Amino acid sequence: MIKRFLSLEWKAFFRSASFGKSLGIKIFMGFLSLYFIAMFLGMGLGLYPVLKKVYPDGDPLLIVNSFLFFWILGDLVFRFFFQKLPVMSVKPLLTLPVKRRKVVNYVLGKSAFSFFNFLPLFAIIPFGITLMVKDYPVTNVLVWMLALIVVVLIINFFNFIIESFSSEKELSFLPIIVVAGGLYALNHFNIISFNEIVGDGFNAIYNNPLLVVVPILILVVCYIFNFKLLRQKLFLDSGLKTKIKEVNASNLEWTKNFGDIAPFMQLDLKLIWRNKRTKSSVWMVAIGLLYGLFFYPQPIYQNLEWFFVFIGVFSTGIFLINFGQFIPAWDSGYYKLLMSQNIKYEQYLKSKFTLMAVSVLILFVLGIPYVFFGWKILLAHFAAAIYNIGVNTHVILLGGSFNRKKIDLSQKAAFNYQGTGAVQWLIGIPLLLLPMGLFAAFYFLIGFEIACLVLIILGVIGIVFHQKLMKTITQKYLDSKYKMIDAFDQDN
Amino acid sequence: MITTSNLSKKYSGNQVLNIETLEIPKGQSFGLVGNNGAGKTTYFSLLLDLIQPTTGHINSHGVQVNESEDWKPFTSAFIDESFLIGYLTPEEYFYFIGELRGQNKADVDSLVSQFEDFFHGEILGQKKYLRDLSKGNQKKAGIVAALIGNPEVIILDEPFANLDPTTQIRLKNIIKELAEKQGVTVLISSHDLMHVTDVCERIVVLEKGEVVKDLATSAATLKELEAHFAN
Repeated sequence: MIKRFLSLEWKAFFRSASFGKSLGIKIFMGFLSLYFIAMFLGMGLGLYPVLKKVYPDGDPLLIVNSFLFFWILGDLVFRFFFQKLPVMSVKPLLTLPVKRRKVVNYVLGKSAFSFFNFLPLFAIIPFGITLMVKDYPVTNVLVWMLALIVVVLIINFFNFIIESFSSEKELSFLPIIVVAGGLYALNHFNIISFNEIVGDGFNAIYNNPLLVVVPILILVVCYIFNFKLLRQKLFLDSGLKTKIKEVNASNLEWTKNFGDIAPFMQLDLKLIWRNKRTKSSVWMVAIGLLYGLFFYPQPIYQNLEWFFVFIGVFSTGIFLINFGQFIPAWDSGYYKLLMSQNIKYEQYLKSKFTLMAVSVLILFVLGIPYVFFGWKILLAHFAAAIYNIGVNTHVILLGGSFNRKKIDLSQKAAFNYQGTGAVQWLIGIPLLLLPMGLFAAFYFLIGFEIACLVLIILGVIGIVFHQKLMKTITQKYLDSKYKMIDAFDQDN
Repeated sequence: MITTSNLSKKYSGNQVLNIETLEIPKGQSFGLVGNNGAGKTTYFSLLLDLIQPTTGHINSHGVQVNESEDWKPFTSAFIDESFLIGYLTPEEYFYFIGELRGQNKADVDSLVSQFEDFFHGEILGQKKYLRDLSKGNQKKAGIVAALIGNPEVIILDEPFANLDPTTQIRLKNIIKELAEKQGVTVLISSHDLMHVTDVCERIVVLEKGEVVKDLATSAATLKELEAHFAN
């Protein structure tokens, strides 16, 4: 049975319309994984000697144990945002003689083989071997390593429990932030010292190998809980929930001020507000806006002036990146309608452009308080905002004409919690790194003000040639019209 | 007048449509029948420029559809659910289509109100999104949306499928009324021979992408079609 499931997925991947694109992304992810593997391997090999050097009197194993709490917390948050439960289209299987139990076990089992679970091994195993070489008792070290691996799996399954609960809420990432932040704070202010509790626990397991049963039991409980959750979702009616909320129709008359693009603006605003997936990109805006607070209060970053522009582009452009990268896939469900209707493609695209440009302006204005950390930050943000409006909006619209991946807004596929994973962030890289590279180059060659000016000039050029650029972009969309219709017609 | 000449469509060497010549005069109610894979939806998709013809072209009221977009103002269609916007309420959807076709809200309201019977109280004022309606109700909304803005060419793919018997009968009346109107060309495809002979003046049978019969509807047409498909 597992073999059949695997072959189904194999076919889904290779026969999908966006195969070329996803292969490219997979290759990129491959390199990224290699990078992380190298990092972890380095950590695993270097940890013992480094700890010995920094704390000559301490036992490296005990020190590692006392830091495990932070690793668990960090891993949990990281996974929440980047690891998604494997998606499988189960509807066709429901009426076939396949036991539901098997489907669920397969999906959960597959998740255990996630890259996120292998990564820690690259640190754990070398460190464990170092310990054994340094004459630590072999059995105890092996059990300690086993306990760590079990904890990795606990995090894996615990994360899916959190995701399955938070995916139904609008502010899906709020619970994890609150829980992780709360635990960290309790620990930080010494109210409850979790890192000691966790550390003591691992010390106990190391000293008394039989205690490894405790984490294994926790793992079993997590697995069973996940199993129950997923089994419930394996019925059609959980996808076709009868609970239909009454709709608040709003007329959005004010969009009329935008002239002939008003109908599309209304449609886009409704699109954003009425679909879970798009709505979450609105909440991301809050994160983007506060992003600067991670950096600017720290004195180290005060001197990294070339870095300001990165935060500027990110915090003023977060909506642009999040929303823009899926143009026109947001409309993929009814793309045929748009193509056969009496519409001007240019108006359709202009509405998206206006939305993104306005979002940049609003985010810039909301970010003005950053001036508290220095006027240079404001200047860099201003330059970044102009660059976003003049260059990045056009780039992302142009990129959209290569978009061949359908988005199913109704999201009825079981196991599909948020629909976006690490891949979503990759697309932001050229949009962020290019201006940062340019800025850094001019910053080191000439100076801060000139570097800002360069970005502003580029942005202004983009704005001046807006009409011309839009004509070219529209033509690109028209050229790939048939391909897009065809791709958006396919399910995967 | 819709003129089709030398039209063919191939998918990787496989011919799915090949129509040498087909003329549909303005104002005709035109029915397209054929088994699965006969090329009905392909023909409609070509007519709406959703796919590219391999050879030949379709000319609609003097506009070659794959060259110019000027056919769009006078053409409307409902092919399948992908013509609906799931996160709008039916009213909002009608207004959106109306706006694209140069109709204000009052125009749309007065047109839609004629179809209250057809909607059977399940579409308007329900405060539900289209995606939450049943398949049949979605279809009703889609068909009516295709009538907004006084189109001269109306294309409906399988309009009778998925509808309950009452609605099927009401839909037949709507189509008959449209056909009586001067200058409105209605193109319908259907698997239901009875319905299609009821509402269409002319019926074309497609088989493996080719026109095999072209009949002006008469009392004998239904028998003839049944005999054709029985073999």
